[in-house]
Amino acid sequence: MELTILFAPLIGSLLCGFGWKIIGENAACWIATAGLFLSALLSWIVFITFDGTTETIQIFRFIESGTLSTDWSIRMDRLTAIMLIVITTVSSLVHLYSFGYMAHDEHFDEGVSYKPRFFAYLSFFTFAMLMLVTSDNLVQMFFGWEGVGVASYLLIGFYYKKPSANAAAMKAFVVNRVGDFGFMLGMLALYLLTDSIRFDDIFAAAPELAETTVGFLWTEWNAANLIAFLLFVGAMGKSAQLFLHTWLPDAMEGPTPVSALIHAATMVTAGVFLVSRMSPLMEFAPEAMVFVTVIGATTAFVAATIGLVQTDIKRVIAYSTMSQLGYMFVAAGVGMYSAAMFHLLTHAFFKAMLFLGAGSVIHAMHHEQDMNNYGGLRKKIPYTFWAMMIGTLAITGVGIPLTHIGFAGFLSKDAIIESAWGGGSMYGFWLLVIAAAMTSFYSWRLMFLTFYGEARGDKHTHEHAHESPMVMLIPLGVLAIGAVFSGMVFYKSFFGSAEYVGKFYGIPTAEIAADGEGQVDGAEDSHGAADGDDHGGGHHGPAFAGKPGEGALYFAPDNTVLDDAHSAPKWVKVSPFIAMLGGFLMAMWFYIWNPTLPARLAANQRPLYLFLLNKWYFDEVYNFIFVQPARAVGRFLWKRGDGNVIDGGLNGLAMGIIPFLTRIAGKAQSGYIFTYAFAMVIGIAVLVTWMTMTGGAN
Amino acid sequence: MENNLLSIVTFMPAFAALILAIFLRGEDEAAQRNAKWLALITTSVTFLVSIFVYLEFDPSNTGFQMVDEADWLLGLKYRLGVDGISILFVMLTTFMMPLVIAASWDVKTRVKEYMIAFLILETLMIGVFVSLDLILFYLFFEASLIPMFLIIGIWGGANRIYASFKFFLYTFFGSVLMLVAMVAMFADAGTTCIGGCDVSLLTHNFGSESFSLMGFQVVGGMQTLMFLAFFASFAVKMPMWPVHTWLPDAHVQAPTAGSVVLAAILLKMGGYGFLRFSLPMFPVGAEVVGPLILWLSAIAIVYTSLVALVQDDMKKLIAYSSVAHMGFVTMGIFSTNQQGLDGAIFQMISHGFISGALFLAVGVIYDRMHTREIDAYGGLVNRMPVYAMLFMFFTMANVGLPGTSGFVGEFLTLMAVFQVNTWVAAVAATGVIFSAAYALWLYRRVVMGDLIKESLKAITDMNAREKWIFTPLVVMTLLLGVYPALVLDVIGPSVAALVENYDTAVAAADATLQTAETLSLGD
Repeated sequence: MELTILFAPLIGSLLCGFGWKIIGENAACWIATAGLFLSALLSWIVFITFDGTTETIQIFRFIESGTLSTDWSIRMDRLTAIMLIVITTVSSLVHLYSFGYMAHDEHFDEGVSYKPRFFAYLSFFTFAMLMLVTSDNLVQMFFGWEGVGVASYLLIGFYYKKPSANAAAMKAFVVNRVGDFGFMLGMLALYLLTDSIRFDDIFAAAPELAETTVGFLWTEWNAANLIAFLLFVGAMGKSAQLFLHTWLPDAMEGPTPVSALIHAATMVTAGVFLVSRMSPLMEFAPEAMVFVTVIGATTAFVAATIGLVQTDIKRVIAYSTMSQLGYMFVAAGVGMYSAAMFHLLTHAFFKAMLFLGAGSVIHAMHHEQDMNNYGGLRKKIPYTFWAMMIGTLAITGVGIPLTHIGFAGFLSKDAIIESAWGGGSMYGFWLLVIAAAMTSFYSWRLMFLTFYGEARGDKHTHEHAHESPMVMLIPLGVLAIGAVFSGMVFYKSFFGSAEYVGKFYGIPTAEIAADGEGQVDGAEDSHGAADGDDHGGGHHGPAFAGKPGEGALYFAPDNTVLDDAHSAPKWVKVSPFIAMLGGFLMAMWFYIWNPTLPARLAANQRPLYLFLLNKWYFDEVYNFIFVQPARAVGRFLWKRGDGNVIDGGLNGLAMGIIPFLTRIAGKAQSGYIFTYAFAMVIGIAVLVTWMTMTGGAN
Repeated sequence: MENNLLSIVTFMPAFAALILAIFLRGEDEAAQRNAKWLALITTSVTFLVSIFVYLEFDPSNTGFQMVDEADWLLGLKYRLGVDGISILFVMLTTFMMPLVIAASWDVKTRVKEYMIAFLILETLMIGVFVSLDLILFYLFFEASLIPMFLIIGIWGGANRIYASFKFFLYTFFGSVLMLVAMVAMFADAGTTCIGGCDVSLLTHNFGSESFSLMGFQVVGGMQTLMFLAFFASFAVKMPMWPVHTWLPDAHVQAPTAGSVVLAAILLKMGGYGFLRFSLPMFPVGAEVVGPLILWLSAIAIVYTSLVALVQDDMKKLIAYSSVAHMGFVTMGIFSTNQQGLDGAIFQMISHGFISGALFLAVGVIYDRMHTREIDAYGGLVNRMPVYAMLFMFFTMANVGLPGTSGFVGEFLTLMAVFQVNTWVAAVAATGVIFSAAYALWLYRRVVMGDLIKESLKAITDMNAREKWIFTPLVVMTLLLGVYPALVLDVIGPSVAALVENYDTAVAAADATLQTAETLSLGD
């Protein structure tokens, strides 16, 4: 069954990409889609029937050299199962949606068959992503990791006639490679220290790594911290975290279904998955974890500030994605991996929906993406409007405070913010709360600019705005279900008591009496402000008691974040809600009650506005300090190094000798060959003479 | 085990060349066709016969197999044989040659001579990999350059004289030094047998006592000197930085098929030399010079990648990328551990397919437009979708995408060097970033974008012959990328034996090395 899940998309991709000339365009696309739906169905069956015990299915041998031994294989555990349903569900819906969205495309001339290519890429991407999450070793994971990178490259550059799309595709690949550089070194260090890159071996060796130091570059490092850090650099590239994020907004050049699938729901979450997967190692790498938290929180904040002022509807959502990924890393960084996975799951649903909704808007508006040219679309495209509304309610985190009732984002985002508090990262906590306010602001701003107010921009376009076809609306509907309910349904499994979470992930739990106090019941009412200060006072009820590698996640014995988060004071638990409300009211004020305010504010605070509009000038700075110098150095080495020094030196030397040699051997152009042959014959002669003279030795 | 399969494989192409030279007359259409078909059939049959060699080969035996021995003139021995280190190079050669001939189908001038040159070249290249006698090896090794000279000189581009001049210059000095070292080896060991006989160079212990030469303390003694002499020849062949500048020029001027052979096979003779001579015969020398070579390799990777980034000529760009990839090879070899050597051999085989395919890809559009200028192209995907796909595939293989053979070698060599020197590993690993940059930049400028240039409006996609040439390369690149055991299983035991011998020799010499150092300090 797992093999079918894995290979159905690949087979679909190949049939679609190479067979469409034989079976026809439409049939080819349907085959790819059918493969995905099959995968999705089986994934849900696996997810629901999965009992929490890790098992490994070998496919065949991969790289074996000396003590290095890796296989192509599937590691089935809860993390894999979660990723399976996320990937296949969103992917199959996106396939379906693409029938509508890609039906007519003005980027291509009449008669050019671009659809099979598109579907083949989508399916190939899904296959690579599945390889990534099912891997039981780092090399196979790296295969998926780079495979999704290629698929992303191909899909961002799908409109190959557009120079901007080609540039964006290349940028995405190269920036990701910077991250891969870290990933690669992390793998190498792991092999050096543990003699293996299989997860089981790594996890078993993790406690030892924490005690080991390793010489890397100029100094000695703690092995666990070093490796965790290097692997996280890989995650930063893939998940567009600060400093390696510049490719993600540009990636919006790809068709919108691609943005929904790759740049929102699946590929960009690979980094979060990696950190969670490596939890047994991460738990032993406290300094690296602080780094993860700080990068995550800062990313969440910075991306949100940029999102405030962008006017391209897809870019707003792109920055929102980047910001939400930052949230997930904060959760992982403080040691609450299951909260990170929780947000990964819910985010996949509502963010894919927001993107597909945006795609529907763009579709309706004839590929207009600037929100300044939208307005008043609520009546024209009501289904899309309601879908986007649900998505917005989910991402901003609407729910009833202090209960577990609310839209998906309410539960998962609050879980992260409470974890940040519980994990003792005040930096993370406050930045995330502020980012939550901004999230609410830019999300509602998007809604108001698009669906409310007067129609702006080209009149003609507005008159012809039309609701999208059913193939596009059905996926929206399905995702809406996820956006509403996935939080409530899965809350206990991801962020309930240790007993539930442990059972879900297959982590053994043990009843641990609190030190001395004998208070073992985790009754809700005892979670008050007073208890909140009582960190380390002991566990309530069952606690995680697995060894590294047992179960899908590992929580070190001193990792009490789950308990601490649950016992956070009430004001902590309510703060994201208040932030959300604040953001909403600000958006109302700016875009409904007083629509001239944004322009005036932008004029008043021009430097700040430009700073945000230009995305903190990351692109410009990178271009200045990396891209230009690399080219200049390359040119210098070529012209001066190769040209003047090496060739100049040798030619100068040669000019003295060669004429002399050619004079002996003959002349003109072919002279060199004769010279050479001559030299060789002389050589042989010398050798043979020498041998025959001393040859008695033999 | 008497068996002349190897001799058949080695000399069949030369025999066909002889037939062509004697019996084929005239320059008319029919004669040209006959020459081409004879060459294609011969190279294909050679490949088929070499498959028997492969099937008969027993990987678990780390010695030489299928040894073919005979007396030769002047009391010299004719000895051929293969082991786990050489067999795949033989296979690579016989595999590539039919493709190279097929890629030359449109050659119009002096077809007969062209085919003769390539057939002889094949014999000489195979000969290099199977020779078990020093003289024989030297003969094949040096002679293989002559047909290559001719190929560049007669069928090459406008600036071919300069290129062959440079080519000559570089190789000549290396050869002289190697020759001197060979004489010294014979003087010391009293045999020219490389391996597989009672007294052989591989089993001989060359002196490693340090001595003083013109005021310099030569650590590792004679071994170091001989190592350096061989190194001069092999490093040029690889080519290693900073003696690489002949390669871009040679590639640019060579005809497509010449470039393919040069990149896919001739460069590997240097790497093979390191594995056959430098490491096993002069382990102490390798131990002394090795760290320096690791750094040269790392520099090569970064330096040539940066240079590749700013090229305007497609062939030059790919040539520089070849130098970078060969940097991984030398890095792997001189890490002197299992992963390093496995990775280096794997990388050489894989680079044979990938760079061969890339040069063929350049040839496809060169045949149509007669220019290699990157700026002359753009937007080819609009009219050449199949070409765009194949070029994309090999571009990705070239940047070392996992799942293609390009990844395995890079990964193993990096893994190997990380165990020896993390600085070198970190510097070399930046190649991962740079290679993506230059390869995709090339692809973007040539293939992507709208098709605007008038001259390109009528360009046609690949024809059936061209597609057939690429098919085996695609298959091999994927197959080795997904199931690298095909290579690793074959070379593994021989490599393990080599590494073990190396370690033993170095450990044995360590004591003397240290005494030597204390002595020199005492002076």
